[in-house]
Amino acid sequence: MQNKRSYSSKTIESRFEVLRVATAIGISLLVALLLITFASKQPLNALKWFLAGPILTMRNFGNVLELFIPLTFGGLSIAVMFQCNQFNMAAEGSFFLGGLGAGIIAVGIKMPAGIHAAAAIAVGALFGVVLCVIPALMKVKWKANEVVSSLMLNYVALFFGNYVLQYMLFDPDAGYNASHIFPRSVRLPVIIPRTGVHAGIFLAIIMVVVTYLFLYRTKWGYAIRITGQNQNFAKYSGIGVGSTIILSQVAGGALAGIGGATQVLGMYTRFSWTTLPGYGWDGILISILANNNPKFIPLAAFFLAYLRVGADIMSRRSDVAPEVVSIIQAIIVVLIAGKMFLDTYKHKMIVKNSQEQVKEGSLT
Amino acid sequence: MNSVVATIFSANFLFSVIRLTTPILLAALAALITDRAGVMNIGLEGIMLCSALTGVVGSAATHNAFLGLMFAILTGVVLGLIMAYSALNLKADIILVGIAVNLMASGGTIFVLYSICGDKGNSTSLKSLTMPSVSLPLIKDIPVLGSILSGHNLLTYLAFLCVFLIWLLLYKTPLGLRIRVVGENPNAAESVGINVRKVQYIVLVISGILAAVGGAYMSMGYMDKFSRDMVAGRGFIALAAEALGTGTPAGIMGSSLIFGAADALATNLQVLDIPVQFVQMIPYALTIVGLIIYSVSRIRKEKKIGISK
Repeated sequence: MQNKRSYSSKTIESRFEVLRVATAIGISLLVALLLITFASKQPLNALKWFLAGPILTMRNFGNVLELFIPLTFGGLSIAVMFQCNQFNMAAEGSFFLGGLGAGIIAVGIKMPAGIHAAAAIAVGALFGVVLCVIPALMKVKWKANEVVSSLMLNYVALFFGNYVLQYMLFDPDAGYNASHIFPRSVRLPVIIPRTGVHAGIFLAIIMVVVTYLFLYRTKWGYAIRITGQNQNFAKYSGIGVGSTIILSQVAGGALAGIGGATQVLGMYTRFSWTTLPGYGWDGILISILANNNPKFIPLAAFFLAYLRVGADIMSRRSDVAPEVVSIIQAIIVVLIAGKMFLDTYKHKMIVKNSQEQVKEGSLT
Repeated sequence: MNSVVATIFSANFLFSVIRLTTPILLAALAALITDRAGVMNIGLEGIMLCSALTGVVGSAATHNAFLGLMFAILTGVVLGLIMAYSALNLKADIILVGIAVNLMASGGTIFVLYSICGDKGNSTSLKSLTMPSVSLPLIKDIPVLGSILSGHNLLTYLAFLCVFLIWLLLYKTPLGLRIRVVGENPNAAESVGINVRKVQYIVLVISGILAAVGGAYMSMGYMDKFSRDMVAGRGFIALAAEALGTGTPAGIMGSSLIFGAADALATNLQVLDIPVQFVQMIPYALTIVGLIIYSVSRIRKEKKIGISK
């Protein structure tokens, strides 16, 4: 008879995973709090705004939800590529180009409302795919390291975007380096009044579900996961490893591109990006935090959005720079990616549990 | 077009090639030493940025440029050790560790800069010092060549000296042999009693030092202050230079000079009538082309070896 108190080691492992994530978050927050205490003349004031700021007013909470949208897309994009064990960093550039593509369609073509936005997002996705697939093709065809090639491509994408903005989209009447104004037909409507939360949030949630189903309920998703876990095994089971690697990065590029397009159409009235937005890098933290599983991406994206907005409010109300969040991010990435972090503790738990089981077994 | 040719062959241009090669060369050597031990260090960008800042802060605090350099190097050592601990003890993927270092550096340097100077853009308010420039005796009197080779920052000469030192380390010392064995086949290395983890710890620290000197050069030689994101992807370009340099110090010096030239070209061509964005793109686009050429030639070589067997 199974005793209630003894668990299989698998349950322990999954429980342990939660504990690990919580400890990593706890340690990183603690470091951040220490840093803020050192950096600020009024640390308590700074900490109050950092931790509670986002929920004090509806407008601030609206900011969290606004930021949640691009972060979710960034996380999804990285998750699909990491599941295939591809460290393609071009998600960052794809996000930027997605925004650019949407901007071009927004100011370049006249279309009825709704269809116009859909077309702009579709073109954004296409732009994202084009960039992300280059490192994939180079890897599959010539075994070129995807990390280096994708890092370089981000810069190429950025300067290309700057060129297009300056020579093709630029509106001299804007007063700053920006495109002509977007027509109403292409903008994403605001859904919560007096905040900037726009309809893109629905698209983000839909894409979470779609990406989850794609990865866990289709044969392509299965191929991606198997290739990521063990490329040789995938090869011997008859999976086309090369095409699977490319597929994962096409999907990742599309998600980043849609994210960029949604961000530009939802948050701005003109295209004005002259630097990389950084959501691709954020996506890495989010994806790792979510164990590369789309199911948990919204939670992780919300967490980071909350921290960012909190830090932003803190910087306006106190003397601490909001960039302190990037230190939190780095610590979390290292601790969660560190397979051995808290590993001895896990072993102890499993050993103790088995000993108890043996003892009970010998008694009965 | 004539003006382009004239620009490229002027002594001024060649001087700036060497100037711009310096940080890339140091970082590429840093990439080389870890790569030869089977570790890919993509955190170089972040190490350079952090050391660029600590060098400036250190020199302002101690009123001594060399002590500032020591601060920078210490930063490189600490970051190298953190990377090694995360990757080798905690078993985090080294690429993710590198990304984490870069993330931490891009925001962390701004956080520290703002805490110290109250400014997020640059460190103008700090009275930081630069490493001295050196005019080489005898060589400086040679016409043309003298004006290209002499008068560089001390760290520039140190960078080119490091090419020789790293060569010496890799091919003429027992440690170098161990590094290469670990990189070729860690299991074989373990079986003959080499402590793989220790070797990889050592290379990550050496790599941290080299990248730190490269970072210090950015803020204490190339420029005389720290400004945000001043490394501007040079740590990443160095990874490409390493890949192109066929894994030898001399090869890496060659490929770093190519990237230095591309960088100098980008600065010099901005006066011409080409959209500036395309000029800025040159070093990065060249890297991608170079990476393809390198990868294709490596596959060909592997095929050849396969046939001869």
